[in-house]
Amino acid sequence: MKISEQWLRAWTKTDLNSSEIAACLTSGGTEVTSVTPVADLDPRVVAGVIKSVAPHPNADRLRCCMVDAGTGTPLAIVCGAANAAPGLKVPVALVGAILPGNIVVRDAKIRGMPSQGMLCSTRDLGLETESSGLLALDAKTRPGTPVATLLELPDQVFEIEVTPNRGDCLSVLGIAREISFLIDAAAVPATAHRSDIGDPRAVSVSIEAHEACPRYTGRPIYGLDPAAITPLWMRERLRRCGMRSIHPVVDVTNYVMLEWGQPMHGFALPGIAHGIVVRHARRGESLTLLDGQTASVDTDTLIIADHKRPLAIAGVMGGLISAIDPDTVDVFFESAYFRPESIAVSARRLGLHTDSSHRFERGVDPTLVRRALERATKLLLAIAGGRAGPISEVITKAHMPKRAFVELRRARLSRVLGVDLRSTIVERSLAQIDPRVKKTETGWRVKPPAHRFDLKEECDLIEEVARGYGYDKIPARLPRVSLNAPKIRDMVSQERARALLVDRDYHEAITYSFVDPVLEAVFDPDHRGPILANPIASNLTVMRTGLATGLLQALAHNRRHQQERVRLFELGLCFRQEPSGVDQRARLGLIASGRAWPRQWGAPDRKVDLYDVKADLMALLTLGGRAEEFSFRGASIPGLHPGQAAEIRFQNRPIGFLGAVHPEVQKQLAIDDSIILLDIELEEILQTKSVLYSEIPRVPSIRRDLAIVVARTLPAQMLIDCIRAQAGTLLKELEIFDEYRGEGIDSGRKSVAVTLTLQDSSRTLTEDTVEVVIARVVSALATACDAQLRQ
Amino acid sequence: MTSVEQELNRLLGDARAELRAASDITAAEQVRVRYLGKKGLITEQLKRVGQEPPDVRPEIGARVNDAKCALTEELETWRHQWEAAALRTQLEAETLDVTLPGRGLALGSLHPVTLARQRIESILGGMGFARAEGPEIEDDVRNFEALNMPANHPARAMQDTFYFDAHTLLRTHTSNVQVRYMEAHRPPFRIIASGRVFRADSPDLTHTPMFHQVEGLMVDENVSFSDLKGVLTEFLRAFFEQSVDVRFRPSFFPFTEPSAEVDVRCVGCSGNGCRICKQTGWLEVLGCGMVHPSVFHRVGIDEERYTGFAFGAGIERLVMLRSGVTDARLFYENDLRFLAQFR
Repeated sequence: MKISEQWLRAWTKTDLNSSEIAACLTSGGTEVTSVTPVADLDPRVVAGVIKSVAPHPNADRLRCCMVDAGTGTPLAIVCGAANAAPGLKVPVALVGAILPGNIVVRDAKIRGMPSQGMLCSTRDLGLETESSGLLALDAKTRPGTPVATLLELPDQVFEIEVTPNRGDCLSVLGIAREISFLIDAAAVPATAHRSDIGDPRAVSVSIEAHEACPRYTGRPIYGLDPAAITPLWMRERLRRCGMRSIHPVVDVTNYVMLEWGQPMHGFALPGIAHGIVVRHARRGESLTLLDGQTASVDTDTLIIADHKRPLAIAGVMGGLISAIDPDTVDVFFESAYFRPESIAVSARRLGLHTDSSHRFERGVDPTLVRRALERATKLLLAIAGGRAGPISEVITKAHMPKRAFVELRRARLSRVLGVDLRSTIVERSLAQIDPRVKKTETGWRVKPPAHRFDLKEECDLIEEVARGYGYDKIPARLPRVSLNAPKIRDMVSQERARALLVDRDYHEAITYSFVDPVLEAVFDPDHRGPILANPIASNLTVMRTGLATGLLQALAHNRRHQQERVRLFELGLCFRQEPSGVDQRARLGLIASGRAWPRQWGAPDRKVDLYDVKADLMALLTLGGRAEEFSFRGASIPGLHPGQAAEIRFQNRPIGFLGAVHPEVQKQLAIDDSIILLDIELEEILQTKSVLYSEIPRVPSIRRDLAIVVARTLPAQMLIDCIRAQAGTLLKELEIFDEYRGEGIDSGRKSVAVTLTLQDSSRTLTEDTVEVVIARVVSALATACDAQLRQ
Repeated sequence: MTSVEQELNRLLGDARAELRAASDITAAEQVRVRYLGKKGLITEQLKRVGQEPPDVRPEIGARVNDAKCALTEELETWRHQWEAAALRTQLEAETLDVTLPGRGLALGSLHPVTLARQRIESILGGMGFARAEGPEIEDDVRNFEALNMPANHPARAMQDTFYFDAHTLLRTHTSNVQVRYMEAHRPPFRIIASGRVFRADSPDLTHTPMFHQVEGLMVDENVSFSDLKGVLTEFLRAFFEQSVDVRFRPSFFPFTEPSAEVDVRCVGCSGNGCRICKQTGWLEVLGCGMVHPSVFHRVGIDEERYTGFAFGAGIERLVMLRSGVTDARLFYENDLRFLAQFR
């Protein structure tokens, strides 16, 4: 919310300067986020009246004006503005005046004609960035008056963030009240006005929705002058608070709203058929709003209607049918109290958020309704003439907000704040809420005023007292607490897993949890992530089911920025829509592309491949001590190279995949390098097996190398399984140290070289025993894997 | 001089010449065998001792021995020198350019958000706050209603929420963990929860539709606002590693009362006003307050017996302030040139 300091000062008596006011509000919880000066004006810019206008002899667009600026002698001033006309009162920058932008006004000749000053527009005065023509000053302005005085300059605009609980601060009056509370001073009360009834014709008001609209007042005003314009001072105040001047009727309602916080509405009277009806919308009703959009309204939307049709969405926005236009002569002013929840529902339903709904949702002082109407009447009559009609008012007392007593216990106050405050301090704050604060046996009792919708229970008063006392004065103290040991699960921590991957040269990435549904479907067509109802972009619409999409996009980003070697990992929740609900499960994703090692002088220069990443994964699996419970199986996996993809199983349940991205997908992503991708459930790989020490054998081990020739397509895992099964417990280690295809081996076959390390825990193995084991292994390999020993 | 002596001298001279000419250890060994071996030329001279007159025999025997010893010693010396030279040559050949870079993998990096989270967790963990977790897809009850934000509450509009349907959403804060924890545990407790949160904001310098929060909650019989101030001041000073000025300002959160916003003296300008703090001299870093009695009530914790405080901070914001990152979008681009700056 923007507020003009000059306007604020009219409602508060304080000696504080601008920055002190800002600091005071901020420290009280109503944050002033900026203080911006409104352009100041040189006192040599004064009001003047144009006496005559004559064409410029040498320029079509310029004219020569004679101006009385209260200096005694008329000034000849050349002017280019189209609206320069005799009788118009305008700002005159006298010779020597310095205008915003450091423009010095000189006694000059313009195209041969003398010019002793400059007539100004709002742009020239630094008030607006665009303007059309000279600024028209009020007709009553006396020539010679400094324009700075007319415009209440210097002034500053406070940008204020009002928290949702403090609807009462959404006005000049409200902020003035808040300042008074914080500096313990009296506020200027909202004055009561009364205008004489100049026309007896009333407009009937009937309410059908009493609960949503407990109080409604309105009055017609007849015979406005259509030529009337809003006075400069009001236009300026509105402008500084961020509002455009539209029409005296609209300006007055906005002015009252900004000043007192009561949103009002002005209807063009001819648009109202037989009086006002406040009711909920009926099924199928719609209306065209002031902003031009047609709104179909639900049955829980409160509307202002006449006896034929809806006119406005109550407390949110008016309709086009009864909109004020330049010819409007008769109007109907509305000032009402609507239930906050009701306005919130309408605004949410229609997706509208207006200055009016913003205030009504947060609660507007219900006692203000009639006073605001009178204030608006008085202002409008002064601007546009006309005759006030009688006020129609409907109040349903039963539905008006109740003002109830709230208790504050001294003991509770001390316990929550952690400090014992003197009674005088507590009572000073409470008296600002209710001057008739009562002492009770345990503390105090107050009845908060009607505008404080946020003071309902004890904790509200505790905060109020703390605010009044000052948060900064409450001592900071470290609590004394009882110790307890945390429950620790025996698992590899996520932090350990992260550290391992970082040490193996991966960078941690964090990608959005919502992803591009097109790319997501490539890798995981079998699962569906929950779909966002209101995504911010069409490529961020669906929750990720795995980590491939985000990592691929991060890879693509880096490739676009000349990063050729990319190794990233991410840990995070993934989401699957299951019939029973959403399954939210943490996964680990990893991507590697480009060189296996950073480019360097002493190592082979080659691209990263599946086996590099598999080694990194195995290191991770080794952390938990259950690596042997994971298995890899060549599989066809969507999005991956059909010959370079493994399904990863844990205790025979598939939990993820490892593989190279399919060349077609790579092309789609415009990445011309192979990409290795891993996506696996995290929980399983962090499981640990507790360690049980086994004796280090004191007897030597025996190693045997075998070169086994098998079919090319035979998975090494089959050889391993077969050897393990035959060698039994004597086999301590099994290493594959070579895989060879080519010369010397039949095409269609390959040679796999393995080392078996055999050891008995208690005795030294004899050659004979070893030979028996090896013979058993070789024979089983021949049978199960069609293997021969390489000669 | 006897003929034996003459012969010994000649042999020694020959042996020395041969040794000088020897180019490697094998040649030197050949010299040894030729002169000092069992049938070596000098060894043979001992056999001639018997042919000499008895009175000179001891003398001649001694001469032969002297010759043997002399040659043995010279052979040893030669060997040492040769080995030393050979080692020198070997070492020279093996000399490396130690200024060349090392070989192998480089080092990856932890995401700056992770680094900050770990830092926060280690500070608060040291103060006895245990970690708690909760889901990212949440129901509106635990994200809003249980925290005093019923449907249509204006505070809901403060947080542009991503919805799946009328009742399911992406959590807008980590406070849902507070609710879940209190539903399942009884006081006293101290917990922290950190993780991703989501707001339907289009990305700009200070906003991203996803970011991270850390949330703290302490509940016991006499936890006060004064304790809250103490814990958070201590935490912020530990986090920023300096004795930063900390300021508590009244604010509003539906689930705490009294509520406060916490500022630290601007790290960029020490409070004189700069671009980072928008000339205010202060940086907003935390929201906090005393748990609202109705939040306790809803989860069945006796709101008369227990009091507590809760706080929440945006992790990216803390990183931005501490490390001078000026564009929040960088956290999610995963550009290696950004990531690798944090280890």
